[in-house]
Amino acid sequence: MLGLPPDIWTSIRLTIELATLTTIILLIVGTLIAWWLARSKAWWKEGVASVVALPLVLPPTVLGFYLLVTLGPNGPGSWIAGLWGARTLAFTFEGLVFGSVVYSMPFMVQPIRNAFQAMGDRPLEVAATLRASPMKAFWTVAVPLARPGFLTGAVLGFAHTVGEFGIVLMIGGNIPGQTKVLSVAIYDYVETSQWREASILAAGMVVFAFIVILSMTLIEKRFARAGR
Amino acid sequence: MKTIKTWAFLALFAATPALAGETNVAVAANFTDAAKEIATAFKAKSGHDAILSFGSSGQLYTQITQDAPFQILLSADAERPQKLVEDGLGVADSRFTYAIGKLVLWSKSADLVKGEETLKANGFTKLSIANPTAAPYGAAAIETLKALNLYDTLQPKIVQGNSIAQAFQFIDSANAELGFIALSQLAGNNGGSRWLVPQNLYTPIRQDAVLLKKAASNPAATEFLSFLKGAEGRAIIEKFGYAF
Repeated sequence: MLGLPPDIWTSIRLTIELATLTTIILLIVGTLIAWWLARSKAWWKEGVASVVALPLVLPPTVLGFYLLVTLGPNGPGSWIAGLWGARTLAFTFEGLVFGSVVYSMPFMVQPIRNAFQAMGDRPLEVAATLRASPMKAFWTVAVPLARPGFLTGAVLGFAHTVGEFGIVLMIGGNIPGQTKVLSVAIYDYVETSQWREASILAAGMVVFAFIVILSMTLIEKRFARAGR
Repeated sequence: MKTIKTWAFLALFAATPALAGETNVAVAANFTDAAKEIATAFKAKSGHDAILSFGSSGQLYTQITQDAPFQILLSADAERPQKLVEDGLGVADSRFTYAIGKLVLWSKSADLVKGEETLKANGFTKLSIANPTAAPYGAAAIETLKALNLYDTLQPKIVQGNSIAQAFQFIDSANAELGFIALSQLAGNNGGSRWLVPQNLYTPIRQDAVLLKKAASNPAATEFLSFLKGAEGRAIIEKFGYAF
């Protein structure tokens, strides 16, 4: 297709798989954290919020370093890879998913938390007076009201995972079909002077990023109008 | 008091040679430790600073073709310096072989690597090598596996570092159980287990240096190359396990 070498398609498919799986996991884990952050009265919750937001500030190399060493086979966190029977987080698709979930977490949690907070206590109180169980109120009241937050979070989480580079470079090991995602493939092409392949992929990423940002803006506009 | 200060000031200046210059050297990752030691010795002797940048030979070559501010390339192969001369970027008669590299199979576990039978036994999950398109030691590793008729079997277990430095780090951090690296990376390290790959299994890794045209008139650059060629440079290079 398009005269591109087949390994480019492998990288594209892999990147989409990684971003999709990461987004799904983030939608579950991120929603739980966002809900707790929005509703809890615990005095230390902003500490938790800050930990979740750490990847916004930390260079990916810090996370890459911890994944390799602290969570490596000889590190104290080696049990994490053992959860799915692997020896190490490095060089595996699962390892990349784990890293991506941590790395993209703030992009999912922040918009959802904001959406939960913006809706206030009132809708849930009303639901409670109508004898809805907390679980039912969550699904039928909170989630629909927070829809823009979920959409923003999902788009950002997905896009940010597609754009991830530093961690994959550090723990990936460049395995086609497993860890050689698009950003690393581009790097590889550039490093070995394969400009044609690099420019095709790079242009594709620019188009992708443009579509993401444009659709985000349009989504927000639509919800802003609907809210009025 | 004032005079003491003036004298101290003058003494400070007198201590550094009159024409201390500097040169930017792009160094293939396998030569990292040797290059650092050479730069220190070179500074002590000439007063010039050699500012070192490390990467895979392929990476450094690409950067040089894109006008990176390097004045010398210490490559891990002979092809890339040759290509730089053909590209019109390198000084033709400045090319020389500064070292011949040795490939080694290494593991951090003391009893894992016993020889080629370790590769045949296949009792590991990940084999680390350097990216063969960018790093000559990676290409030599692939060549070795093919010569042993093991490439097809072991190919799914190969993980690639960007440069031989990352390939080493993957093993050193125990994320890969073993891998092919440069013997020079094990200088002063007796740990783990190793197998020096016999030379008949891969093309000799002839590491060439080349002076880049834009630095042809920089004495710090030309002196660095002479130092590398000279007895002191060679002694250091030999210490790191290279041949000539």
